[in-house]
Amino acid sequence: MKLRNKRTIYATILGIYLIFTFLPIYWMTITALKPKSEITRTLTYYPHRFTLENFAKAFTEPLWMNALKNSLLISCGSVTLCLMVGICAAYAFSRYTFIGDKHFFFWLITNRMAPPAVFVIPYFMIYTTIGLFDTILAIILSHTLFNLPLAIWLLVGFMNAVPKDLDEAAFVDGYSFVRYFRKILLPVIAPGIGVTAFFLFLFSWSELLLGSVLTAASAKPVTVALLQSVSMAGIDWGLIAAVSTLAVLPGVVFVVFVRKYIARGFLAG
Amino acid sequence: MFFLPALLLVGFNAFVPIFLVFSYSLHSLFAALPAEYIGLEQYRRLLSDPEFLESLYRGLFFSAECLLIEIPLGLGIALILPKKGLAGGIFMSLIAIPLVVPWTTVGLMWRLLTQSIVGPIPASLSKVGIEFSISNPVHAFQTLVLMDVWHWTPLAIILISAGLVALPKEFYEAAKIDGARSWKIFRHVTLPGLKLPLLVLFLLRFIDTFKIYDEVWILTAGGPGSATEFLSIFTVRLGIGQFNLGYGSAVSLLFLYAVLTVSFILMILLTRGRGMK
Repeated sequence: MKLRNKRTIYATILGIYLIFTFLPIYWMTITALKPKSEITRTLTYYPHRFTLENFAKAFTEPLWMNALKNSLLISCGSVTLCLMVGICAAYAFSRYTFIGDKHFFFWLITNRMAPPAVFVIPYFMIYTTIGLFDTILAIILSHTLFNLPLAIWLLVGFMNAVPKDLDEAAFVDGYSFVRYFRKILLPVIAPGIGVTAFFLFLFSWSELLLGSVLTAASAKPVTVALLQSVSMAGIDWGLIAAVSTLAVLPGVVFVVFVRKYIARGFLAG
Repeated sequence: MFFLPALLLVGFNAFVPIFLVFSYSLHSLFAALPAEYIGLEQYRRLLSDPEFLESLYRGLFFSAECLLIEIPLGLGIALILPKKGLAGGIFMSLIAIPLVVPWTTVGLMWRLLTQSIVGPIPASLSKVGIEFSISNPVHAFQTLVLMDVWHWTPLAIILISAGLVALPKEFYEAAKIDGARSWKIFRHVTLPGLKLPLLVLFLLRFIDTFKIYDEVWILTAGGPGSATEFLSIFTVRLGIGQFNLGYGSAVSLLFLYAVLTVSFILMILLTRGRGMK
C-alpha cells in the first residue's frame, strides 16, 4: 500500500512536469491555428474557429519566403562547410599525433564556449571591410566559429570508435586512401555524421545575434525576420506562431529517433 | 595536411578577431572617427562603470538562480524516473523536446505566453491575485529564469539519468544489507557517484546562462529599463547600438576572459575525471 502511494505521487510529479514541458508548445500551435480575430479579442484555450490561413501566409508572403530560403541556405551551407572541413580535421585528430594536437583541440573547445557577443564588433568590421556584409556567405563563415569545433568534437568521438584494424585491413587489400575514405570510413560513421549534421543545422538555424549584425536586408535569416516582426507595432501573432511551429517540427521528429546522442551533442554545445 | 582547412577557418574566425578586439580596446574608436591610442584607459573606465558592473552582477545572479532551480529539479526528476521499460523511454523522448527547439523560437514562445490577451500567463495569474506584466522588472527577470528552466532542465535530467545508470548496483545492495535508510543511501552512495555529471552540468549551465543573448533579446530586449540587460546584451548595445567600438571591445575582452577562465576550469576538471577525450 505504501509503495503504491509512493508510485502515485511520483507519477503525478512526472505528469506535472510533462504538462509544464508541453504547455508552451501547445499554446504556440493553437495560436497558429486560430484566426486573427480570435487571437486578439479574447483568451481561448483551444481554437474555436480552426484555420490554416496563418500557415498559408507563411508560405506565400515574399518577406517570409525569402527569409526562410536564406535560413535554409545558411544552415545547409554551414552544415556542408563544417562537415567537410570537420571530417578532415577529425580524421587527423583521431588517427595521428602531431605537435600541439591536444592544445589545439582544447583551443577549439574553448572557442565553442566563447560568447558570440565578443565577436560581434570584429566580425562587423571584417566583413564590412572585405565587402561580404549582408551576404549569405558572411553568415555561413561566421557560424563556423561555433559549429566547426562542435563538428570536430563530435566526429572525433565517432571516428575513435572505428577500430584501426579496419584501416590496416583496407590498406593491405590495396585500397587507395581516397577509396578507403569513401568506401569504408564514411559509411561506417554515417550515423554519426547524420547526428552531427543535425546539431550543426540546429545551432545555425537558431542563431540570431551574428545573423542580425551581419545582415541588412537581402541576406536576412528567418530569426532576424521574426525579431523584426515582434518589434513592430501590431504584431501578427498568428503568423509568428505559424512560422515558429514550422521551425520546431524537424527537431521533434529528430529527437524521437536519436535520443541517445542528444546529451553528447549538447555537452559540446 | 587534413588539418589545414580547419586551421585556416579558425584563424580567420577566431584568432584575427581576437587580435582586432584587443587592438580596438586600446583605442578610442567611435564609428568613423579617426582612432586614437589611449592604452589601458578604457579598462580603467570600465572597472568603475556602474552599467558594466550592474550587468555583470545581474548575469551572475541570473546564472545562480537558473542553476539552483535546474540542477535540483533535474536531479529530483531523474531519481523518480522509471529506469527501465517503455514508460521511461517514452518519457525521456518527450521531455527532451525543448532541447531541440531553436533558441529564437523559445524566446518567441515565452513572449507569446506572457502577452496579455494573447497568452495565458497574465490571465491565470490575475485569478490568484497577481497582476503579471512583462514590463514589470521583477516579472520580466523571473520569466527569463522560468524560460531557461523550461529549456534546459531536460539536459540536467538526461545527464543525471545517464550517471545514475552507470552507478554500480552492488553499492546499493551493500547499503541495504547494512540497513541504511534511503536518505543515507542518497547522501553517501548516490550523490558521490553523481559527482562528475553534476560538475559538468554545473559548469556548462553556468557558461551558457552567463553568455545568453538570443532568447533574452527576443523576449525582453534587455528591458524594461535595464532589468534584464546581461553582459552580452550590454556588449552588443555599446558596440553595434552606439558604435562605441573601442569601449565595446574592452567589454568584449573582459567578458571573454571571464568565460574562458571558467571553461578552463571545466576542461581541467573534465580531463582529470575521464582521461583526455
